[in-house]
Order: sequence, then C-alpha cells, then structure tokens
Amino acid sequence: MSTAPLRLVSADERGVQLPSAATLPSIGTEVQLKALLSGLSGVDAVGAEARTAKLATRSLKKSTKLAAIDLAISMVDLTTLEGADTPSRVTSLCIKAMRPDPNDLSVPSAAAVCVYPDLVAHARAVLGTSSVAVASVATAFPSGRASLNVKLLDVREAVSAGANEIDMVIDRGAFLSGRVGQVLEEVVAVKEACGEAHLKVILETGELVTYDNVRKASWIAMLGGADFIKTSTGKVTVNATLPTALVMLEAVRDFGELTGRLVGVKVAGGIRTTKDALRYLVVVNETAGSAWLTSERFRFGASSLLNDLLMQRLKQRLGVYVRPDEFSGD
Amino acid sequence: MSGELTHSSLGSMSYDPAPESAAIARLKPEYGLFIDGAFTDPSSHQQFLTLNPATEEPLASVALASSEDVDHAVLSSRRAYDKVWSKTTGAERSKYLFRIARLIQERSREFAVVETLDNGKPIRESRDVDIPLAAAHFFYYAGWADKLDHAGFGPNPKPLGVAGQIIPWNFPLLMAAWKLAPALAAGNTCVLKPAETTPLSALLLAEILQQAELPEGVVNIVTGDGSTGSALVEHAGVDKIAFTGSTDVGRLIQQRVATSHKHLTLELGGKGANIVFEDAPIDEMIEGIIDGIFFNQGHVCCAGSRLLVQETVADEVLRRLIRRVDQLRVGDPMDKNTDVGAINSAAQLARIKELTAYGEQEGATRYTSSCSLPDKGYWFAPTVFADVAQSHRIAREEIFGPVLSVLTFRTPEEAVAKANNSNYGLACGVWSEKGSRTLWVAERLRAGVIWANTYNKFDPTSPFGGVRESGFGREGGRHGLEAYLNV
Repeated sequence: MSTAPLRLVSADERGVQLPSAATLPSIGTEVQLKALLSGLSGVDAVGAEARTAKLATRSLKKSTKLAAIDLAISMVDLTTLEGADTPSRVTSLCIKAMRPDPNDLSVPSAAAVCVYPDLVAHARAVLGTSSVAVASVATAFPSGRASLNVKLLDVREAVSAGANEIDMVIDRGAFLSGRVGQVLEEVVAVKEACGEAHLKVILETGELVTYDNVRKASWIAMLGGADFIKTSTGKVTVNATLPTALVMLEAVRDFGELTGRLVGVKVAGGIRTTKDALRYLVVVNETAGSAWLTSERFRFGASSLLNDLLMQRLKQRLGVYVRPDEFSGD
Repeated sequence: MSGELTHSSLGSMSYDPAPESAAIARLKPEYGLFIDGAFTDPSSHQQFLTLNPATEEPLASVALASSEDVDHAVLSSRRAYDKVWSKTTGAERSKYLFRIARLIQERSREFAVVETLDNGKPIRESRDVDIPLAAAHFFYYAGWADKLDHAGFGPNPKPLGVAGQIIPWNFPLLMAAWKLAPALAAGNTCVLKPAETTPLSALLLAEILQQAELPEGVVNIVTGDGSTGSALVEHAGVDKIAFTGSTDVGRLIQQRVATSHKHLTLELGGKGANIVFEDAPIDEMIEGIIDGIFFNQGHVCCAGSRLLVQETVADEVLRRLIRRVDQLRVGDPMDKNTDVGAINSAAQLARIKELTAYGEQEGATRYTSSCSLPDKGYWFAPTVFADVAQSHRIAREEIFGPVLSVLTFRTPEEAVAKANNSNYGLACGVWSEKGSRTLWVAERLRAGVIWANTYNKFDPTSPFGGVRESGFGREGGRHGLEAYLNV
C-alpha cells in the first residue's frame, strides 16, 4: 500500500478542487502523505488546554455580547439525528431555523437544518427557497462502518434529495491503524460525489483521542477537499471541546495561509449554552481571525443551544429572563 | 494572498469594555504603619502618595517609615519572637497560616482590584495568578509548620529570629506571601517592607492578619522608600534579610550585611533565555514566548526576555510571534479583557525607553505593536527586537519591560553557550518535542529554574531562585524553609 499511488493524483482531472500545487508538496502516494503529516508541528496538550482556559475568561459585554449572540444564532446547524425522528419534527425544526423567534423578526435565521438522508427531501420541501441550507449526515453516519460504495450511494442519494451540505465521517479505524491514504481517498471520493454540495468532514475527535491526531486528521480532510472540518458526530462520549476546536482552527488558519483556501470549522455535540457558544467564538476570533466569524466558515451543530441563545438575547434586551417555555421546543 | 487576510483579521473582533469595579478596593485616603498588630496614626508620619500607574492619579497617601519607625517595628517583632512566637507550637503556627490563606481567598476580589490599581497589571492576572498563588503559598507553608522535623534539616530545626523582608513592586502581594509564609511557618517573626510604588496590598494584608488574630508584633509592615529599606537592613536587631529586587540594590545589601551576624537571601534580576528548537510544538511555543515576556508587562525577574530560536525556524517563529504580539490587548488594567497593562512607574518607563533606544542604535530590527496607547498613565507598547547580537545591550541588560530580544542559534551547543553567556542565572525555557534533547540542554544551563515546553509557571511546592548575579537562596518548596531556619 505504502508506495501505491493514491487516487488523489488524478483528482484534478475529476474536477475536484484541490489546493494549488505550487504551495503544497505533491501528494501522490501514502508515503508522501505520511511525510507531510509527520512534518506538522506537534501539539503540546498542556499548553493547548491552558490557552483555551485563558481565552475562556474573556468577558463579552453589552453590544459585543448581543452581536456575538446573533452571530452564533446564524451559525447554528439545527440538528436532529435520532432514530425516532419524524417528518413533523423536521417540519418544526425547519420553521424554527428560518424564523427562530416568531416574535422578533430581527433574529437571524439559523445556517442549516441537519438531518438523516431519508428526511432530506422533506426538509428541502419545507425550507423551499429560504436561505437555510439542508445538511445531511451521510457515509454510514455515525460509525462510518460500511463499504465505500455504500457510503458514496448514501451521499449521492442525500444530494439528489436536495441536501446542500453533506456531513461525512472519516474512517477512524483506517486513520488509527495508519492507513491515512485510505482516509484521504475516501474524502476525495465523497467530495466528488457531493458535486455542488458542500462537504463537512467529521473527524470524530473523541475517538482520535490525541491533539496530534486531530491536527493530522484535519490536514487529511483539508487536503481531500473538505469545505469544513467538523469535530464530532455527537454520538460518542467525548464531543467538541475548546482545545480540540483550537487545534482545528489552527489547522484551517495554517492551511489557508499555505494554500489560499479557507476551510470552515464546525463544532458539534454538547454545546448547549450561550456561554459555551461565546467561548468558541472568542477562540475563533483569536485563533483563526475574523475571516472565520461568519456562518460560511464556522458552525455549531446543536439543538438546544438555539433556545438558550434566544433566551440570552432577550435577557440582554429586556434585562430579565423570560420563561424557557417562551420558545418552542424543537 | 490570504495570509495577509488572516494576519490582519486575527483577534480583530472588538470587545466592549468589561471593567472591574474600582470601588471594590475600598481604599482609605491615608494609611499608617502596621506595628504591634495595629495601624499607627497616619498624621504621625511623613506621608507619600501612591499612584495608579494607568492614570497617574493618586490612590492613597501612605506613611513613610523613618528609621525610628523601623526601630519600633523591629523591637515589636523581637518582643513577639521572644515572648510569643518562639513558644508557639508548629501546629498553632499552622492554624494561623491556614487562617490567613483562607481569608486571602475570601477577600480575593478585593485584593485583585487593589493590586491592579496600585501596580497597573491586568485584572485578569491579579485575579487568576497573583492572588490565588499568594493564598496557595500560605496554604502550602501552613502544612510545613508542624513538620519541620521532617523537612530534611535534622531534628528540631530552629528559626533565625527576626526577619527583615524587602519586596519588589512587580508582584506585591505574591512576594509578601513568598516571604512571610515560610518565615512564619519556620517560627520567625517578620518586618515586611513593601515597595515604594505598591504598598497597598500589603496594607490590606495587614487587615487580614488582624482578622486572623495573629499575635501582635509577629508581622510588622513598614511602608516607605529606599531609606526605610536601608534602615531595616542596617538594624542590629534583625537576624535575617530577605530581599527581592534589582541586582544593584542586592549588591549594596550584601555589602552592608557582610560584616554582621545577619543571614541573607537575595532574589535578583535575570535575563532569561527561552530556547526554541525546530521541533517545538509551534502554537503552544508562541503562546509560551508571549507569556514569557509579556506576562505582567515583562516586569518579571525570570522573564524570558531573550528568545533563542533555531535558525531553521527563525523566520516562521518571528512571523507568528509578531502576528501574535499585534493581537495583544493593551490598555485599561481594570478591563477583564486586557492582556498587557501599564508600566508600574515613570522611572521604570524611562528605563525601558532608554534601553530600547540603544537597541535601535545598535542595529537591531525593532517591531512594535500597532496597539493604541491611552493618553494618560505609563505605557509601553509590546516590542520585539529581531537581529539581536549577543553583544547588544538589549541582549545583556535586564529591561524589565515588555521587550523581547530575538537571537538565533544553529546547534544545541550554541544555544547553551548563548543562554549561559549572561551575568544572570535565574530562569530559562526549553521548547522541543524531544525529551532527551530537553534534558541535555537543561543539564547544561546555568539557571535556578528551567521550564520545559512552558514558561513562567509557579507553584508553592517548587523552589525558585537564582545563581550568579540573580542571587542565592530558594523560595518555595521544602528548600524555601532553609532560608528561615538556622541550619
């Protein structure tokens, strides 16, 4: 395997947008990929965690807080990924995404609604021509344990049903056993299957465990053509954390400087409060910079977060908290 | 290209002011001295003003202790030693220290505000570093007070007697804690002399000592200027001098006590080398360099003020470093989002300006943060000098400000040689993912403290102190007891 050429060599011919060859070493084989990955700087876990702990003490007040809350609302991928999902629940979610607070039309709409592939068509129909995108998990989400053909079919069906964004999972088994070429090939193949749809690559950082792995997986995903790199499925014990987001934001910043292509970051799983969301925005601001402070480049995969953002938004305006029931459950 | 885009936008989201309330400090207009467990009448002393360095406005009027006042303080400490403290068991002393530690924690917000107003350091640092560490020192030495037999100095080690302790302005309360906690745990009584420009947190600590019902005279606090410190050093009733401050003053003190019975420990200046190898974890290393030199405006004796970077990564490190320096939030120390506060005094600001001017004259390449500075107060924008040579003054003299000198090296041998080519020897940092190299370098560095893949981390359990012109004696840890025991 190690010397076998990767499909990436012909990726350009297949029309996949790849980083410019001038700024990146050519990666034709897994050996070259491994060389690039091992050339990445290590992450000192203590230092990375200390950095985010420090950033978490930033104090956002007044107009900054209001602006940050609105920004966070616009970055929410309102998500439901349960076996028990129903069309009516998805309808409710879509309406909420388009108009998060029916009493206040100045509240921005959410970025997307994120559902399983079988509910994409329904979501598409409800959302119509609104600015809210339909995102669909695919590639045998959340485990990714299926053949490549099955994964690609999963993606194509979601796209043809109207998904604007595909959230794929990487093959963690391949990554952890060192078959990084296979991980890259899959990302490239899924990107191709996405066509016009944006590709978010879920690293499932809770299963990668180390920050060094998170950095390497981030680079593989970006090299493979990811439009976004995403922390987690929300289906494992450890989901998004601030230090993980920090490492991924450093990766997209460095990749952007090297190639000119700015890749987005999506944090998902366990982000429930406005306080959490604002901490992520501070880390975005101070790590990748303001170019990432847009729903084009940063997203929250969440469900209950939206209501807390709405409640804190009203608190900022009215000076008092409203009852949680003021806002619809999704 | 996009590199420009991300460079210019990093950290550019504006944060509305988030100021801590100055009223929390509850400052009095005038302060007396703390002698024999009570404050003296302010009007019975000559007074001097202590300023807020961020605004140049006076905060309070403080007593300038005369040599007569110092005499009273020393006699009070002597009485307390003879009659009370030397007869107080370790377990009893421990109780007082625990009480002081808890009271500092309880009033930590008040302490943080006082410290930031008087010193100019960001409230985030006084809140998250200075005050919690000060409390931690009292907690730590509280644990030692009844275990001195097991500290490794033989059975029943004896205290020295009355300790005269002179502390600097850069970490006012923390340095008071570093001095008082081990001295009291070991059974000494103390006369503490805070720095001229930052007396207020020590006076607040005096209130805590009253609250803790520490027997009168066990700690006396005399505010004042150099003449006060000099009187304390000269006083025949003092058994021990502990000084933290500049090497010049330390040298004078050592000369003065040379012919006396007095014990001495000195914690003096430094010109710490932060050594970066090409395999260092780059993002954390950049943060470490920033913390190393811009923490507390660089008013840190162990600051990593010389960056020694391996030539292969020098350009990359400098590029990232400058981008990060530009991102530092400089301004109102009371704002919770401020990273770099005010320079502590006009005199210190003048010294920083003088030395940085030499840096330019001698041909180093200067980079200064584009941050805007407030109109009033003492301010200096974070500055990095590249292309610095070993012979430049900015590579040799302690600037004690937010100024970093960057030098390069090619081999580990060269890094060690350059790092050791200094009169100082307080602290160094080594950044590498390769443990064997870190240890190889650390073994050869002449410095009291070596940090690996971090910088400016303090803990009461860890001894701190220098070699060569950075002084002698250790503070913190079991070693810190030795400075206050007759062993």
